[in-house]
Amino acid sequence: TTNSIIPQKKKKISTFIYIPSTFIWRVLVCFYRVKMASSFARVLSSKRKVGILSLVGAGSLTVGFFLNKEQRVNAGAHVRRIYPPSAEYPDLRKHNNCMASHLTPAVYAKLCDKTTPNGYTLDLAIQTGVDNPGHPFIKTVGMVAGDEESYEVFADIFNPVIKERHNGYDPCNMKHPTDLDSSKIRGGQFDEKYVLSSRVRTGRSIRGLSLPPACTRAERREVERVVIDALAGLKGDLTGKYYSLTLMTEQEQQQLIDDHFLFDKPVSPLLTCAGMARDWPDARGIWHNNEKTFLVWVNEEDHTRVISMEKGGNMRRVFERFCKGLQEVERLIQEKGWEFMWNERLGYILTCPSNLGTGLRAGVHVTLPRLSKDPRFPKILDNLRLQKRGTGGVDTAAVGNTFDISNLDRLGQSEVQLVQTVIDGVNYLIECEKKLERGQDIKIPAPISQFK
Amino acid sequence: MHSSFAHLQGEENITEARGTGVDATMPFGNTHNQLKMNYTAEQEFPDLSQHNNHMAKVLTLEMYANLRDKQTPSGFTVDDVIQTGVDNPGHPFIMTVGCVAGDEETYEVFKDLLDPVIEDRHGGYKPTDKHKTDLNPDNLQGGDDLDPNYVLSSRVRTGRSIRGFCLPPHCSRGERRAIEGLSVEALGALDGDLKGKYYALKDMTEEEQQQLIDDHFLFDKPVSPLLLASGMARDWPDARGIWHNDNKTFLVWVNEEDHLRVISMQKGGNMKEVFNRFCTGLTKIEELFKEKGHEFMWNEHLGYVLTCPSNLGTGLRGGVHVKLPNLSKHEKFGEILKRLRLQKRGTGGVDTAAVGGVFDISNADRLGFSEVELVQMVVDGVKLLVEMEKHLEAGQSIDDLMPEQK
Repeated sequence: TTNSIIPQKKKKISTFIYIPSTFIWRVLVCFYRVKMASSFARVLSSKRKVGILSLVGAGSLTVGFFLNKEQRVNAGAHVRRIYPPSAEYPDLRKHNNCMASHLTPAVYAKLCDKTTPNGYTLDLAIQTGVDNPGHPFIKTVGMVAGDEESYEVFADIFNPVIKERHNGYDPCNMKHPTDLDSSKIRGGQFDEKYVLSSRVRTGRSIRGLSLPPACTRAERREVERVVIDALAGLKGDLTGKYYSLTLMTEQEQQQLIDDHFLFDKPVSPLLTCAGMARDWPDARGIWHNNEKTFLVWVNEEDHTRVISMEKGGNMRRVFERFCKGLQEVERLIQEKGWEFMWNERLGYILTCPSNLGTGLRAGVHVTLPRLSKDPRFPKILDNLRLQKRGTGGVDTAAVGNTFDISNLDRLGQSEVQLVQTVIDGVNYLIECEKKLERGQDIKIPAPISQFK
Repeated sequence: MHSSFAHLQGEENITEARGTGVDATMPFGNTHNQLKMNYTAEQEFPDLSQHNNHMAKVLTLEMYANLRDKQTPSGFTVDDVIQTGVDNPGHPFIMTVGCVAGDEETYEVFKDLLDPVIEDRHGGYKPTDKHKTDLNPDNLQGGDDLDPNYVLSSRVRTGRSIRGFCLPPHCSRGERRAIEGLSVEALGALDGDLKGKYYALKDMTEEEQQQLIDDHFLFDKPVSPLLLASGMARDWPDARGIWHNDNKTFLVWVNEEDHLRVISMQKGGNMKEVFNRFCTGLTKIEELFKEKGHEFMWNEHLGYVLTCPSNLGTGLRGGVHVKLPNLSKHEKFGEILKRLRLQKRGTGGVDTAAVGGVFDISNADRLGFSEVELVQMVVDGVKLLVEMEKHLEAGQSIDDLMPEQK
């Protein structure tokens, strides 16, 4: 568990001295001492702080010294230049992502000098969005969290980003419902003439450990240890085995590839620029049950990604196993004194703001040869609050009329609600397909309400 | 950019507001390093069992334990130094360095790690050795008569870092922009045959971009994971750019892998002229920086300080594109190059293959030899290689031309 640091704004007596630039390099000021910290929750005494502000203007160099009562001068050591926020503010003019839309110079100036208790900064959070300007048609999020506290400390940027990404969910005044009671599901057995497979995935983070963009090697290894310890306690149809990426044999690797379970080092710059691929493949791995219907990824984009899936259209059973597995894992980690990151404002906390709330994507691979060619298809999906992807996952194209159809929303509705939305929606799509088969006309459904 | 000076006058609380973590005066300070200290060195030590790079060969658990609580004054830590080496295990045949510097002090604070890496990489260069700098082009013998039928082009490049600023893996946007500003100002004062123009990567027009591509001047965002993993591509293309003189024979890259990369080049085999311009240009640029109160990072042990330990000393790679279709197929080609202290690359640069028998031949060393000495080796070596190529063309043996190990 972490202590939070309350920023101490101390009144300082400061003396401002102008010194010609040629002089500065003979009188270099060492403005801090390295100290071993036994705990990372401490605040330096302001008396020992000496800030050097170096300004670069066109044609002249003027250096201002902020001196406090005590100063330490150490010739030979150079001082890290500190620039005002306006000099550090990123150039976002060519950018199209949620972070760039909401990070004004004022917000940047307010947040740029803050850190979470673990030391995560705003610049770290937005680096991926600065490095990846985005695409005119696809608006990415453009920022990540390094730890649970990021969402609090940098709320002034995260909140508007969350609101935009989650279609109006306002973290300031709304609550997110969590519901993993699969018995509430109505229906959920699809016509297998159309639905080839069913899948539900989410992510979970272990409270107290930094998230993949920021975690140290030891923290990542701790996440792995905690998770596989819990997974080893699963019984019955959930009994399974862990395959560490660093230790797996050639055959194990081939088997996992054949099962379509193996994940590899991320190549997307959206992920690599956020720092989540550091130290690959250390402490990364895949766990799955013997029946190959319940799968957990460890330390990929999140601490864990939990996937329940099977061939065919029994979404009900997939969701039942999903809920049971998640609840079991939660119970097992709690026995050891751990818990998942969760709060009632944002639901389950994950690395990417787009996965907050339920972090849930429930979907099917479904063949819709006629409906997919109908010009009303996108509008139908839209109104049903569904999203289509190719069968390779996000950013892939559909192959041969088979689509990946899943829920659009993540935050503001519960797991049960979202899965029900998918069940009802996919049933509607299948009905449309059947109607078109019979030569009948189809109707665009009324848009379903977003926040129930 | 508005005057940050005016900004300063209006706000008293700039430094006091900075940071709430352990090091409040350093917004980019490595508060993360303190987080690591909650775990033991063993728990944090990277798994280097699959690795083949200089860093992995040298870094022991004991060394890591001694260094992990240290930081340079700008907050660069040993984990920052080694990240690229941890992320890139390397290749069984190619030995990469596996570490980078974030600032000038890195080489001091982490000398326990970097000295052995430097020694390994630079042919036994000891921590007590002194490096000599010689940028007097008059000291170069010959070099103006390489046969242009074989030598297609000649080029000398090096890098320079501006003292007092952090290096590309670690610099903030503000620092990088300041480096660009200073560099553009200095380069803008060059005249005569060195007079030229700056093209900022983010502002260039389509036509300018196409022209730079046609001239083979344009550099793009690094794709090599060796570079990306060290953090030097952050915020691309902010504050990056290319400057070149009107004659297109002197070129400076700003904020790519180093603060400055300086390149002198021309078609044909007149390496002497290329080196002349190189030395003149560099000296002039250094003077211009000094006028503004800045100097290059340099010391008498490591010479010019650059981001990658492999580029210390002279940071100089002097080379030619030369046609050696027969010699390159000779079984002793590798051995000859080794003895001449030369290195071959494809004409696309590092990690590319040769095309049509044309090779990029350059000096293998960087540190422990002066600039003049290295270019001399290239000039003498390439002369001999062309000689050998001619012999082989004529069906003669080259056994009596075999050089001694330099």
